[in-house]
Amino acid sequence: MKRIYVNEAWCLGCRLCEYNCAFANSGMQDMASALKGKPIFPRIHIEQANAITFAVSCRHCTDPICVKSCIAGAIRKTDGVVQIDQTKCVGCLTCVLVCPYGALAPNENGVMQKCELCLRNACGEPACVKGCPNRAIVYEEREADA
Amino acid sequence: MGVEYLYPEFEVIRNESRCIACGVCVRQCANEVHAFLGGTQTILSDDAKCVNCQRCVSLCPTHALKIVKSDCRLRENANWDNDTIREIYKQANSGGVLLSSMGNPKPLPVYWDKILINASQVTNPPIDPLREPMETRVFLGKRPQKAERDADGKLCCSLPPMLELSMPVLFSAMSYGSISYNAHASLARAAKALGIYYNTGEGGLHEDFYVYGDNTIVQVASGRFGVHENYLEAAKAIEIKMGQGAKPGIGGHLPGAKIVGDVSRTRMIPEGSDAISPAPHHDIYSIEDLRQLVYSLKEATNYKKPIIVKVAAVHNIAAIASGIARSGADIIAIDGFRGGTGAAPTRIRDNVGIPIELALAAVDQRLRDEGIRNDVSLIVGGSVRSASDVVKAIALGADACYIATAALLALGCHLCRTCQTGKCNWGIATQNPELVRRLNPDVGSERLIRLMTAWRHEIKELMGGMGINSVEALRGNRLMLRGIGLTEKELEILGIAHAGE
Amino acid sequence: MNEYVIIGNGVAAAGCIEGIRSADADGRITVISKETHPVYCRPLISYYLEGKTDLARMPYRDADFYEKNGCRVLYGRTAEQADAANRTVTLDDGTVLPYTSVCIATGSAPFVPPIAGLDTVPVACTFMTLDDALALEQATQTPRHVLIIGAGLIGLKCAEGLHGRAASITVCDLADHVLPSILDADSASVLQTHLEQNGIQFRLSDTVECFCGNTAHMRSGETIRFDVLVLAVGVRANAALAKDCGCETNRGILVDVSMETTVSGIYAAGDCTEGTDISAGQKRVLAILPNAYMQGFAAGMNMAGAEASFDNAIPMNAIGFFGLHTMTAGTYDGEVYTEETETSRKKLYTKDGLLKGFILIGDTTRAGLYTALIRNRTPLDSFDFDTMKKTATFASLSADMRKRCFGGVV
Repeated sequence: MKRIYVNEAWCLGCRLCEYNCAFANSGMQDMASALKGKPIFPRIHIEQANAITFAVSCRHCTDPICVKSCIAGAIRKTDGVVQIDQTKCVGCLTCVLVCPYGALAPNENGVMQKCELCLRNACGEPACVKGCPNRAIVYEEREADA
Repeated sequence: MGVEYLYPEFEVIRNESRCIACGVCVRQCANEVHAFLGGTQTILSDDAKCVNCQRCVSLCPTHALKIVKSDCRLRENANWDNDTIREIYKQANSGGVLLSSMGNPKPLPVYWDKILINASQVTNPPIDPLREPMETRVFLGKRPQKAERDADGKLCCSLPPMLELSMPVLFSAMSYGSISYNAHASLARAAKALGIYYNTGEGGLHEDFYVYGDNTIVQVASGRFGVHENYLEAAKAIEIKMGQGAKPGIGGHLPGAKIVGDVSRTRMIPEGSDAISPAPHHDIYSIEDLRQLVYSLKEATNYKKPIIVKVAAVHNIAAIASGIARSGADIIAIDGFRGGTGAAPTRIRDNVGIPIELALAAVDQRLRDEGIRNDVSLIVGGSVRSASDVVKAIALGADACYIATAALLALGCHLCRTCQTGKCNWGIATQNPELVRRLNPDVGSERLIRLMTAWRHEIKELMGGMGINSVEALRGNRLMLRGIGLTEKELEILGIAHAGE
Repeated sequence: MNEYVIIGNGVAAAGCIEGIRSADADGRITVISKETHPVYCRPLISYYLEGKTDLARMPYRDADFYEKNGCRVLYGRTAEQADAANRTVTLDDGTVLPYTSVCIATGSAPFVPPIAGLDTVPVACTFMTLDDALALEQATQTPRHVLIIGAGLIGLKCAEGLHGRAASITVCDLADHVLPSILDADSASVLQTHLEQNGIQFRLSDTVECFCGNTAHMRSGETIRFDVLVLAVGVRANAALAKDCGCETNRGILVDVSMETTVSGIYAAGDCTEGTDISAGQKRVLAILPNAYMQGFAAGMNMAGAEASFDNAIPMNAIGFFGLHTMTAGTYDGEVYTEETETSRKKLYTKDGLLKGFILIGDTTRAGLYTALIRNRTPLDSFDFDTMKKTATFASLSADMRKRCFGGVV
């Protein structure tokens, strides 16, 4: 199963991933019209402290605790991808309480959203990976550590 | 202000209708050109700080930025042009030697562009490199003058040490210190993958790169920085640097501020001390002295490694090369006056030395005339910009070409020519860890490999067109070249006929 | 072929079904469902009243969930007794079901206090099931004055749910602050203020002495007129069935980490159980949804012969009212780190070099990092807790740990 992996050695903290994510999930054709003049609600976020920066998004855990905790049964893991059925989400934030990666956050309407690998939007492949100028975020198959 | 004020050279143009104030430009500019206007979503750009490296232009996700040359210029004057006057102002302001980086940008003749390549028609068929084998491999080093047999009549196969290259291009010397760890890692990895070589420059060899030893040329220069037994042993060849095309006749100076951490350890000098490479090697004042160093290095490495002597292309280069060939060197590297540098006095960079094309032709001819051409291989550098430059150089008599600026461009360099500031936004000419990490060697090495792969295809295409199927067969084949718009004298030196002849 | 019987049809039962099926594709599963609805999450009922979900979206799983998992569901049935010796369960209609293993997932029931005159109240509801919510929906077709007894999670969520439908909402509780089971008085005051700003009225440290029709006579002497009464004073684990067949019970059915009761072959999961709260190191009823699912799943796997343990349960709650979110986890024991503003609280409780619990009101960004520290019992000296205290960020962890988390399969 391909997942997103981050190598902080190459992360520049430029935050392009956040903007590319917000744009990819905006459903619009042009980034300027999609994002100009409004706060963005990306599904990946950069964490930063001192000289370290790195991107955090859903790990699509082997055993995702958010799926088990969702009170609305809105989070499922299908074909290796943890996805939210936003029509079922009631915004209780239990997933925020349990996700050990801090990978879920509400969108502008208070409905939860998370990285779904851009498989359902127009990008078709993770926009953060595609747009990372330094290959700090990659989308590939990796083996679980023994 | 006042008399000291210089209007910025560039202007940053922000298309406000496209700017989404994402701040990528703000975060990515080490020169701090862009900044959010206190607490607002408006970004202002300070043109005065801009060096036109295009980092912000390249990374702006909405393509809202462009950088243009300022049109606020002094009154036109064909003698006192804008840049000349600005240099006067800068020196009147600072009292200092002007510093520049990368190669000579002046509109001096580029002979590569005045040389045209032949192609076969009718009488001798061209070769299609996609259908026919085409050899780009070359060997650099001394070639035996004749076959020798032992007492039993068996052929003696022990050849002098040689470098084998999959194609006639090497990455030329750039020291760790002048360029970053990640730039070195990219070059080393690419050289290995390509079956060519990169060159440490006079900065020593970082311990992490010993694994690339089989694709490494180490340099011994006038400061002897970083030279020790393992360093010499690690490499496939050793280069004695006598001079550099960008700044012939002067040494080098890496400021103490850049001698930190690994750079200090690799150069084997204390942190914070200036790394000053003297203009001359203080033990070399003659060809005989050079011979001593050549043989010292051969002795130290059991005659297993070819020795390269690198010199800048200067006026009497042919005689110098002849001397070097006789000093016992295996390879001569000649660096033309358009070669790059991490920092050089502007006057020297722009006015000292000669074009590599002329130097190469003169040297090749002289060595042939003296019957010693096969004693050495010739590597030429100093602005080899494309596969056609390589082909022309080979036909003029070179065995291979050194490239550095082209390699840096592949790594992301935008030729803003401010390496000397150490604030390279592309992570190349800097030691600032924040900036160094911008060059991911995974990306860098891939781009170098792609560039060289493309060149190799083009070299094959060009050779095929001439009906030549190996680089060896092209070398010194000046009949394949014609000059265009050149004087008799230039044609004579280049040893080529004019187009139409 | 194994015969699995699951008594109950809540989230623990759903977890149990999925747990069984992860290990045994063939065994027969029979689900005994007292309610006539397919599995839904109880906490959704307040969102239903609020209009954030509806009957179509409420089911916890897809419509073909039982069918796909090969389950027979007996709707409207209850289990009357279990016979551990003969391994049978007897239903209220006399059916006897044999089992290889059984899971008791009977949940809990609202506790109805014996208040004088309660029987004179025309409209009195509890707030536990979908049917309760539907009844309240009916009762508030026109704006009514609502009195809620109990300022706990259920009472307050009910208040929020009814907010748009009621003419007024008054919540009373004997405790002196709201959410007494999960908040301290200080944190509760932030929440209470917010609720009051949204029109909820409180009568705290007060309770109903007696009812007289639509009037509640309070201990304080006040009388409150109301149209609809909601009783939300608390819940009791439905442990009687387990107790009767020999399982040890306390406030809930006692289970070990494999979710087995003290009687072999009988498992229990969800709100009816009492398991170990690792943050406090003691047994308690952890009637919260994620635990119910995970207990059910572990029980199911063990019932099907696989090995699973659920050994890091902690109490935790995410609960929001009118846009103000509150999250709590663990126990409030030890040294406390506090950040506060008028409208927010952050309290982290540390003891023995571990994070034991927290209360967050307002900013709950990445709260899961704190929860994970509690659950994983991560020693605080193994990372930069001073940074983590202020902001839940991976930057406070070691580069190695980040590499594992973001560069590896997790």
